[in-house]
Amino acid sequence: MNPLIPIFVIVPLAGAFLIMILGKFFRDVNKYITSLILLFLLIISILALINTGDNISVYKVGGWEPVNRVPIGIYMVMDGFTTLILCIINLIGFLSAIYSISYISRYTSENYFYSLFCLMIAGMNGVVLSGDLFNIFVFLEISAISSYALVAFGVEKNELEASFKYQVLGGLASFLILFGIGFIYWKTKTLNIADIKEVFNTGYDKSYYLFVQILILSGFGLKAAIIPFHAWLPDAHSSAPSPISAMLSGVLIKAVGIYVIIRLFFNMFDVSEGIAVLITALGALSMAIGVFLAIGQWDIKRLLAYHSISQMGYVVLSVGIGMILISRGIKQEVAVLAIGGGLFHLINHAAFKSLLFLNAGAIEYRTGTRNLKEMGGLARYMPATSSTSFIASMSISGIPPFNGFFSKLIIIIAAVMAGFYLLAALAVIVSIITLASFLKFQRYAFYNKSVEGKETYPKEVPFPMVFSMVILSIFCVLLSLLAFPQIRDAVLTPAINILMDSAKYSSPILGM
Amino acid sequence: MIVYLLCFILFLVGLYGVITRRNLVKIVISLSIMEFSTFLFFALVGYIDGGVAPIVNPSDPAKIYVDPLPQALVLTAIVIGLATTAMLMAVIIRLFRKYKTFDIREINNLRG
Repeated sequence: MNPLIPIFVIVPLAGAFLIMILGKFFRDVNKYITSLILLFLLIISILALINTGDNISVYKVGGWEPVNRVPIGIYMVMDGFTTLILCIINLIGFLSAIYSISYISRYTSENYFYSLFCLMIAGMNGVVLSGDLFNIFVFLEISAISSYALVAFGVEKNELEASFKYQVLGGLASFLILFGIGFIYWKTKTLNIADIKEVFNTGYDKSYYLFVQILILSGFGLKAAIIPFHAWLPDAHSSAPSPISAMLSGVLIKAVGIYVIIRLFFNMFDVSEGIAVLITALGALSMAIGVFLAIGQWDIKRLLAYHSISQMGYVVLSVGIGMILISRGIKQEVAVLAIGGGLFHLINHAAFKSLLFLNAGAIEYRTGTRNLKEMGGLARYMPATSSTSFIASMSISGIPPFNGFFSKLIIIIAAVMAGFYLLAALAVIVSIITLASFLKFQRYAFYNKSVEGKETYPKEVPFPMVFSMVILSIFCVLLSLLAFPQIRDAVLTPAINILMDSAKYSSPILGM
Repeated sequence: MIVYLLCFILFLVGLYGVITRRNLVKIVISLSIMEFSTFLFFALVGYIDGGVAPIVNPSDPAKIYVDPLPQALVLTAIVIGLATTAMLMAVIIRLFRKYKTFDIREINNLRG
């Protein structure tokens, strides 16, 4: 029993209540509580990342021990993959909370904002830590409902419309997931992920198994906005307040979408070739179509939102290539490389996409517009925003010294070594189009001549916003260190080991 | 088997409503129908023919009990469903104040 595990859920949940109560009596206490909670969570998640390594620790909620070696009660599991995602959630959450101190002061009812923010963090931490299928659903709904409310936080026409669309599609996704859980429970009579794996190992009906896999994939695919399910993402991500866009795009679609897909399809289902090819195809489609939809956008945040779809396509693609190789039983070292590349890109995407959304928020904060055609020449007046967004843009389009280059390189090398030359070429082309799209963003926003007839020039944004952006841009550079073998072994390899060998995940949980 | 089919048909009725209805409130009602078909399915999964309520009586070990876990899951899911419906309704009320209509064809600011 590791007493650290429930803290990740309890502390932000308690924080959400405290903010509502204390916020009534003291002004400004809400922002400090949120920042402190997230700083605390960030520190313990980094400690967990260092300490966990290849170990798996289990927390049984309520102390229900297994009966006849069948787990009853809810299990929370912490392993290498979990701690990695926890670090991302709490890091981006902390920086977004700091950023919100200045940004959200424009809105009324800040208490609600910070309370919902803490709830969203609690939900995502819960999804990542949960070792129980239904518990994943419950935490997913906590984070989803608070994000619906946060998308609509501006309560203007666009925000409400986006939130409605998001809620209808999110609700649909929830029902598909719930149906999938129901079907799994019907056959296995258990909800524990490791136990489900054991029960399925004793034999199953092939077509039933495939049906369940498709249900789960489409449900979580809707949450992750993989391409045929992407309709809600550009609206929701562009309408939310900027720190929330950074959270949604940088963390939420990964924690409740990609993370769960990877976890379930590696550690719960057997890796089968059909599903692996399907996942690879979905990844390639999102990668290509996402970038083509992005290139024509003039609204900064919509452009960034479409790029989120495209970049998540890279992650799904490379994990899918890994799955294909595992299911065929050949070239295991290339599979390790592909999955490692996917996870690496996931971390990098969290850093640079959150940074880009924060930059977009900073521009909107000072100029009051999101339209690229109405801005220009901002590099002179907003040096910090301009330089950090330059780093992020170069990083997302894969220019060498920054982190995006290394992860994309690993993905492309893995695709070539696995023999998928066409996919490798596609990845290169998409990367080039991404570069073009971000050069457009840089040119129109920062380097073009400013629009005529403006008397007042925008100033640099306040300190908390600059602080978050600078820290994230440092991460954009530092994360490229993960390409080195020693650091990679400490951070990425435990996560890859868990995914490659599902017995490693299930045996400590079932106590075998 | 026929009950499961009816449950699935209920799900499809809800899906049809979500896709074809133009009124925001009707879309939410259709979503609720889908939601309840899922709950019904869970209740069916736990049901065992001839089973009784799972209050264990040690003096009569031969009794068949229905599975209590899906019922607990459905209760949790109903609470979650209530929260989502309330949230949707709140957004619809705000939308009506802004657009003065429930028609989804006239609420189309976001495109592209």
